Amino acid sequence: MSENFNHSQVIKDPGDNYKILGTRPVRHDGVDKVTGRAIYGNDVQLQGLVEGAILRSPEAHARILSIDTSEAEAHPGVLAIATSADFPDLGDKVANLGEGPVNLAHLAANCLAKDKVLYKGHAVAAIAARNVHIAREALDLIKIEYEPLPVVTDALEAMKDGAPLLHEGLLTNLVPGGEKAETPSNISDHHHFKRGDTEAAFEAAHIVVEREFTTQTVHQGYIEPHVATAHWNQDGQLTVWASTQGAFSAREQTSEILQVPISKVKVIPCEIGGGFGGKIPVYLEPVVAVLSRKCGRPVKIQMTRDGVFEGTGPTPASFMRIKLGVDETGKMTAGEAWLAYDTGAFPGGVIGPGVMCVFSCYDIEHANIDGYDICVNKPWTKAYRAPGSTHVAYAIESLVDELAEKLEMDPIDLRLLNAAREGTKRVDGPVYPRIGLVETLEAAKNHDHYKSPLEGPNRGRGVAAGFWFNIGLKSAATGHVNADGTVTLLEGSTDIGGTRTSISMQLAETLGIAAEDINPKVADTDSVGYTDITGGSRVTFATGLAAVEVGKDIISQMKERAAKLWECEAADVEFSNALFTRGDDSISFKELCAKLSRTGGLITARASVDPQGFTNGFGVHICDLEVDVETGKVHILRYTALQDAGKAIHPSYVEGQMQGGSVQGIGWALNEEYLFDEKGHMLNPTMLDYRMPTALDVPMIDTVIIEVPNPSHPFGVRGVGETPIVPPPGAVANAVKNATGIRMTELPMSPPRVHAAITKDGNGAS
Amino acid sequence: MGKKIHVSTTINGEAVEFLCEARQSLLEVLRDTLTLTGTKEGCNNGNCGACTVLMNGVPVDSCLVLAVEADGAEFETVESIANEEHLHPLQECFLEGAALQCGICTPGFLVSAKALLDGHPEPTEEEIRFELSGNLCRCTGYDKIVRAVQAASERMKEVK
Repeated sequence: MSENFNHSQVIKDPGDNYKILGTRPVRHDGVDKVTGRAIYGNDVQLQGLVEGAILRSPEAHARILSIDTSEAEAHPGVLAIATSADFPDLGDKVANLGEGPVNLAHLAANCLAKDKVLYKGHAVAAIAARNVHIAREALDLIKIEYEPLPVVTDALEAMKDGAPLLHEGLLTNLVPGGEKAETPSNISDHHHFKRGDTEAAFEAAHIVVEREFTTQTVHQGYIEPHVATAHWNQDGQLTVWASTQGAFSAREQTSEILQVPISKVKVIPCEIGGGFGGKIPVYLEPVVAVLSRKCGRPVKIQMTRDGVFEGTGPTPASFMRIKLGVDETGKMTAGEAWLAYDTGAFPGGVIGPGVMCVFSCYDIEHANIDGYDICVNKPWTKAYRAPGSTHVAYAIESLVDELAEKLEMDPIDLRLLNAAREGTKRVDGPVYPRIGLVETLEAAKNHDHYKSPLEGPNRGRGVAAGFWFNIGLKSAATGHVNADGTVTLLEGSTDIGGTRTSISMQLAETLGIAAEDINPKVADTDSVGYTDITGGSRVTFATGLAAVEVGKDIISQMKERAAKLWECEAADVEFSNALFTRGDDSISFKELCAKLSRTGGLITARASVDPQGFTNGFGVHICDLEVDVETGKVHILRYTALQDAGKAIHPSYVEGQMQGGSVQGIGWALNEEYLFDEKGHMLNPTMLDYRMPTALDVPMIDTVIIEVPNPSHPFGVRGVGETPIVPPPGAVANAVKNATGIRMTELPMSPPRVHAAITKDGNGAS
Repeated sequence: MGKKIHVSTTINGEAVEFLCEARQSLLEVLRDTLTLTGTKEGCNNGNCGACTVLMNGVPVDSCLVLAVEADGAEFETVESIANEEHLHPLQECFLEGAALQCGICTPGFLVSAKALLDGHPEPTEEEIRFELSGNLCRCTGYDKIVRAVQAASERMKEVK
């Protein structure tokens, strides 16, 4: 083969001598995905399937006075109509659904509005009809009487006394104390962490920098719209075909919203066309279920693209005021952060991780953090890749850059001086285990990109670091050993970017066989053990761990079979390199597989895991760019992403995460934002006007994988998926500063904003 | 609604006839009537390119083509890129180069890239990026897609 697909660098751990891990096999589901045969959510075809459509609110905040569906019901071809009246009353029930507790009434009211609409695009009713055109024309026949209410879309405005209240009885959760505030407001959560004496530390600091930063609402932008199909059978069994990041989570959410036993709901995960956190909550599943129950046929709804923008959960807009102090040597001594994120329509946003991440890259003795989640009349924000971390990284990395400038220090050296390492205690409490930020910064400093001069007018270079966790949570897997020496692997993790293969490779490594000898299947909720969502950068880590445990169980059972053949004790049989041995006797894994049916039958092994303890990933990005001072447009010239990825099981897919996350972050930095008018109506709910990066907007994204093994995984796996979106806005902003002398404190740094800043500032003034 | 309209067309080399409503798009008929679900819907308004097919050899967004316009035209969809036994070099290179993650945009990219290489066997990186800029991918950051097209161009040259 003449081509070299791999242009990345992998810095291996010295102890690494794996056979399968670190190779780049073709993914198991690959052929189906390049020939168009893979079945995604909208490709489901069933006997008698009908289609539906969602009616969305034209108001950003209004009371629903009445809903009259009679005319729509009489429309030829309409089969069923659903409104919130079809959901049971859920009171204040709270359920833990994958990524933390969720108020079920809010979850249900977001699927179909009850009493009030809280944002433009809020789903109010749904229609099933013989085809989607009939369903859409019938939407116009539903008569809804709204009483418009005052609208608030800005978090700071919504915090003020006298702001219109979205939820009349909402009392702020106080974290970490656990108490509630006494007076209702739009503030859903207030997090407060304090360590040391920041006031004295700022007083004593050599240099103090402080700035305010804002970011706008941005969307995950997956190319596949949300889609769900349900069939509610006459025996009460509900089957849902979903495009979801977690089939079990979708099952729980659907069963709780509809108050039907979980055993009556089966979720079949289809291939998923992107998620990035946005396909964890259900929007359509309970709605198509109700429609199916009413019309007795399977019902499918796929959202329109404007429905996706206006009716699903983007990541919050933010206001951040951050202050950082250093001593003469550049050692950070004090940090203060005041953060306000909007949660959109319902309580429960991502300020928690924002607070945890703001100072996470650095060792700062004295720190004070306040973070607020605030309800506003915008879509209910949801997870988007490292939720809450990118905002604060943009702000803090801008300030670190400013400090480096004032100290006349290399920005990487300043970061190295202050970098978190094993034993560093984060401001919110946890102490880091073995982490690789220092190694990643050193690799950045030694990279050809950083060492190459950048010349030319209006060009600049920026560096930024970023942090994200990977969570553990529960995963299960089952392995069926086949007589031909292969293993069928059932697992429950939605495969968004090649995880069938990264999980299979870990089983293959354990068994000493080829990755191609594992046949992975993502199974439905009736066919595999409970598995949490594909999210939190957890799948290769935790489901991979389940696969390793399956492998160990297979080896242990096969040792017993070898012992039977050799008439010895299983404890006397050893296994390594796909070979079972006892003294001079030996039999290969494949040979023994062929003898399984004669020694007691084929083998099934299973494992359920719930790994504890947090692990962490760090990224450092380098960006070169040129600013067109006439138009304000920023051209990215060169971009390098470096990351402590732990052991990279399949390096191509690790690079893919780093490249994809980088470009999402570049889009966030430069162009993406929800534009709202004063009524709270989104002005740009199309992909043309929202304008995510195209192939023409970005260069190649060079990658360096630094393999600092994670001590809490047998192969040293860390989560890699989310960290890469965190550094880009900071890296781009620092490069714009370097190019123009202007520090951009608002995202996105779109041509109008950059142009205005240049015009206001005069080119080159700081 | 009036009566359905009869359309005669050619899809992936086969003569095809179908009935459609005047308001139906080619995308809808391909997917729902002809069960060619390899062509994907991402936005249904011509912005994402997931539904790209070749119409008389030219890439078009099938969501913007009315089904009735298919009459007398020739189409190629993603289902026609591989032959009975082998993947097309583009498909091989997408797999070997890990140029897809979720895969929903992949059919559109493959069709656009095939049109590019058919007419222009040795494109520069800039030309590849320009020709593929009507196809959105949110997972890969485009790096591995561009490299896969470059690799396929090399491989197709070797085959000749």
